Amino acid sequence: MNIIVVGLSHKTATVKIREKVAFSPNQIETPLAELISLDGIIEGVIVSTCNRVEIYATTRDIAGGIARIKRFMAEYHHLQFEELEPHLYSYHAEDAIRHVFRVASSLDSMVVGEPQILGQIKTSYGYAAEYKSSGIILNRFLHKAFSVAKRVRTETKIASSAVSVAFAAVELAKKILGDLSDKTVMLIGAGEMCELAAKHFINSGAKGVMVTNRTFERAERLAEEFGGEAVPFESFLEHLHRADIVLSSTGAPHCIIGPKDAEEVVKRRRFNPIFFIDIAVPRDIDPKVDDVENAYLFTVDHLQEIVQANLAQRGLEAEKAEEIINQEIGQFHKWLSTLEVTPTIVSLRNRFDEIRRAELEKTISGWKDLPPDAEKRLEALTLAMMNKLLHAPTSVLKQAGQGGRVDLYIDALRQLFGLEALRREDEELELEE
Amino acid sequence: MTHMFFILTVALYCCAAAAYLACLVRTSSLLTRWAGRILAVGFTAHLLSTIHLAVNMKYLPLTNMQESLSFFSLAVVGGFIFFERKYKVTTLGSFIIPVALLMLTASSTLHEQSRQLPPILQSNWFWFHALLAFASYACFTIAAGVAVMYLIQRYFLKTKHFGALFQKLPSLETMDDISYRCLTVGWPLLTVAIISGSIWSDQAMGSYWIWDRKQTWSLIIWIIYAALLHGRITIGWRGKRAAILSIIGFIVVLFTFFGMKHSIVW
Repeated sequence: MNIIVVGLSHKTATVKIREKVAFSPNQIETPLAELISLDGIIEGVIVSTCNRVEIYATTRDIAGGIARIKRFMAEYHHLQFEELEPHLYSYHAEDAIRHVFRVASSLDSMVVGEPQILGQIKTSYGYAAEYKSSGIILNRFLHKAFSVAKRVRTETKIASSAVSVAFAAVELAKKILGDLSDKTVMLIGAGEMCELAAKHFINSGAKGVMVTNRTFERAERLAEEFGGEAVPFESFLEHLHRADIVLSSTGAPHCIIGPKDAEEVVKRRRFNPIFFIDIAVPRDIDPKVDDVENAYLFTVDHLQEIVQANLAQRGLEAEKAEEIINQEIGQFHKWLSTLEVTPTIVSLRNRFDEIRRAELEKTISGWKDLPPDAEKRLEALTLAMMNKLLHAPTSVLKQAGQGGRVDLYIDALRQLFGLEALRREDEELELEE
Repeated sequence: MTHMFFILTVALYCCAAAAYLACLVRTSSLLTRWAGRILAVGFTAHLLSTIHLAVNMKYLPLTNMQESLSFFSLAVVGGFIFFERKYKVTTLGSFIIPVALLMLTASSTLHEQSRQLPPILQSNWFWFHALLAFASYACFTIAAGVAVMYLIQRYFLKTKHFGALFQKLPSLETMDDISYRCLTVGWPLLTVAIISGSIWSDQAMGSYWIWDRKQTWSLIIWIIYAALLHGRITIGWRGKRAAILSIIGFIVVLFTFFGMKHSIVW
C-alpha cells in the first residue's frame, strides 16, 4: 500500500490559482466521495487552506493514482489540465510521509512555525473521518502527523518567538522595562495597530492604560474598553510621565512629542526608562527623542526588523525539527510495510507453526512407550489441522489483495494474533485529545 | 592536598566559564543547569582548598598576592552564585565567571612563598576586616559586570541592533536592579571593613588612621560608591551614568588591590 500526496501551495502557485482549486469546507463531502471513487484510490483526505490545497490518498498504483488525482483536481474545478499541471507537485512513499509531517509541523508554511496549519489539517481530517473517506492507513498516518507536529512544537523553539509586530513591541518593552505587571501604557490617537498593541500589553500584565485622542469621546470609549482612564489631548504631556510605555498613532502632520518634552518627562520620572513606539506616518515623535538618556524610541520599521530576526531564528530551529521528522518517518514506514499481504501470511503461518511445534514437542517428550510411527502421524495430523485452519483466512487475504479492506484485515490479524507489537500508545494519546 | 584541590578548582572554573560562554550562543536549559552545577562543585573545591590552606597555616591565607587573588576570585564566585540564585540571570555568569577564572589563573602563575605570619596579622580584627573587604569587592565586581552588560544592551537598544546577544541579555531594569542591590550590600560591607581595619590598625600601629596608600585608596573607593549610592537614592541616577560610575569604581578597586601594598602587612 502506498501513500501519495498531490497538491499545490504558496510555493508553487499564486493566490489566483490557489483560490481556483480551493475546496469549500461546506461542500467537502462531494469531492471526498468523488475522490475515493476514482479508480485505484482507496482512501483520501482533502486539505484546503488559503496557502495550500493538498490531497492525501492511498493506492496500489502510484503513477496511475497520482495522474488520476491531478486530473480530478482540474476537472472538479473546471480548469484546463494543462493550465493546472505545472503548479502541482506530487510525492509518494517516504517523500509523501515527510511532506505531510513537515506541513503539519508548520515547516512548509509561509511563516514557518505559525500554529494555524495543524488545526486546519485536523479539521480537514475530521471531515474525511466523518464522511468515511479515510481508512486505516490515513487514520494512522494523520494521527502520526499530529503527534510529530506536537513533538516538533515542544522540542524545538520553532513557534516561540514573536512574529507579529504587536507582539514584538511587547517583547521589546520587556527588554527595557523588565516585568510589565506594574507598568502603565498610554495610547495617543487611535488606530487598529495601536489598539492591538495595547491589547497585547494588557494581556502581558500591564497594569494601567491611559488614552488620549483629539476627540475626547473616542478616548473615553477606548478607555472604557480597556478599563483605563481618558486624558484630554490638550494636556496629555502633563500625564506623559505616568506612562512607562507610549504608543502613538495620531494623524498629526508634525511631531507632537519632541526631545525637550522627552527630557522633561524622563526627569519627572526620576530617570526611570520610558519606551516610545511611534506607529504614525508621518511621525508623531521626533527621532531625536531617542537621543535622550533613558528614553527609547522605536518605529514600526524597527519592530518589523525584530520580526524578521525572529523568523531567521526559526530557520535554525527548523533544522532540529527536520531531524525529529526523519526519526519519525522511519517508524511509520516500518508500520506501513507490515500491512502487506504476503509478509502477513508468512508471519501468521510462522506463528501457528511455532505453536504447533512447541505443543508437539511437549506431548512427545512426555510419552513413554511411543509406538514407532506415532511421531510421524502426529506431525501429519497437526500439520493438516493447521493448514485447514489457515486456509480460509489466507484465501480471503489473497482475494482481498486489491481492495481497501485488506488493510483492515491485515491490521486486525496482526493485532488478534499478536504478530508484531505495534506502537499504538502515541496514537491513542492523540485520539483522546 | 591543597594543590590538588587548587588544580581541580581551576579545571572546574574553566569548564564552568566555557559553559557560561556557550550559554551566550546557545539556548539550552540543560547547558544552563550544568554550568551552574559545575560552578557549584568548583566553588566547593575552591572553598575546601582555601579552608585546608587556612587550617594548615593556622591563619587566613592572605599573606601574599597569590593567596589574595585566589581569595578574591572565591569571593566573586560566591557572590555570583548568590545573585544568580536570586535573579536567575545566567548571562551574568558569561561575564563574571571568566573574570574569576582569570584571577585564579593569574594567582596560580605566581609562586610566592607563603610567608611566615607577621605577629601584626594575628588579630581577630584582621580576619574580620579582610573577610568583609573581600565580600564588598565581590559585590563591586558583580556590579561592574552587570554595568558592562547594561551598557551593551543599551547600545543595542539605541542603535536598534537586535541580534542574538540582545535576546540573551536581561532587561535593562533587571540589570539596573542587580547593580543597585550590589551597591546596597557592598557599600555597607566596605564601610564596616574600613572601620574594623582602622581598629586593627590601632592595635597594630597604635593609630586608627595612618594615611598609608592602601587606607587612602580604600577611602577613595568608599567615597566613589557613597557618591553613586547617594546620587541614586536622592536624584535617581540610574542607567548609563550609574553603570559608568560603577565601572570606574571597580577599576579603582582593582588598582588598589594590585597596586597598593599594605604598609602594615608588607
